[in-house]
Amino acid sequence: MHIPDGYLGPQTYGVLYGIMVPLWALASKLVRRTLRQRQVPFLALGAAFSFVVMMFNVPIPGGSTGHAVGGVIVAILLGPWAALIAISIALVIQALLFGDGGITAIAANCFNMAFVMPMVGYWVYRLIGQGAPATSRRKWIAGAVAGYVGLNVAALTTAVMFGIQPFLARGPDGRPLYFPYPLEVAVPVMAAQHLLLFGFIEAVLTAFLVIYFQRSDPSMLEPIRRIQ
Amino acid sequence: MKGTNKLWWGLVLLVILSPIGLILPEIFKSGPAWGEWSLEEIEKMVGYVPAGLKKLADLWSAPVPDYNLKNWEGQGLTKSSLGYILSGVLGVGIIVLVTFILGKIISKKDGQ
Repeated sequence: MHIPDGYLGPQTYGVLYGIMVPLWALASKLVRRTLRQRQVPFLALGAAFSFVVMMFNVPIPGGSTGHAVGGVIVAILLGPWAALIAISIALVIQALLFGDGGITAIAANCFNMAFVMPMVGYWVYRLIGQGAPATSRRKWIAGAVAGYVGLNVAALTTAVMFGIQPFLARGPDGRPLYFPYPLEVAVPVMAAQHLLLFGFIEAVLTAFLVIYFQRSDPSMLEPIRRIQ
Repeated sequence: MKGTNKLWWGLVLLVILSPIGLILPEIFKSGPAWGEWSLEEIEKMVGYVPAGLKKLADLWSAPVPDYNLKNWEGQGLTKSSLGYILSGVLGVGIIVLVTFILGKIISKKDGQ
């Protein structure tokens, strides 16, 4: 899901920087209101955790690979705006240091994995888990569904960014200038991979960690303790 | 909110286990993620390299490409696994450092 340099044209990655810069500013402002210095280690843990989770490439035999992001559990524990900051940090380091995701596509990748995914996952979790006690079964089921839905919506927005490229820019010879496959290819392929495999990995990861916190420190799952 | 010690140890464990993410795709002969191909792979798939894509592709040369040390990649799974773990340690270290600096800037002092 890490879009490399050259896959998106300037119109697309430019617009995404235009969207992400205000979102980063808003997230900093919202998190500033509630983040205490002693909570900073949790933010660092969230960013580092997401980074390491993305190192676990899961193969589709004979095909391609994919991975979970950890974005939904970070959003459940820290809130979606703190998650936006934490996962953005992980994505920026991945791009700059390891060449995983392009420099021009940093905003695009942050939009998909640091904004869309935590935000969608967080609200799905809230919606399903609403009113249930922190240690209830409904809470971890909510986590599983939120992980699955969050990753799949992020895969969809990524596929749309890919798929609109042939419509936006073609060379004089009529060939696409950037990502070559249209929406009719990008969306079904990305959707199938994430609906059938990677979404379940994010679901299990999220549910497993909700259960872990239910047993070790349920207060982490209470909204009042959230950074934002 | 209890201490974070246990969680840091969990993170260390994940970094040590991370070569699973390198070895499994090797065993199942899986390629890169869909939409993360190299220029050669794109050419093989569609028959040409899109002109704009070619121009932007090498904009940035990362110091530690593909989470491995340059001389250690393709030298057997033991070396590349070790390189993968070292990359994980390096990445976690820098991310923690950056988050602490950013966190200190945007957070409020305790008790404020």
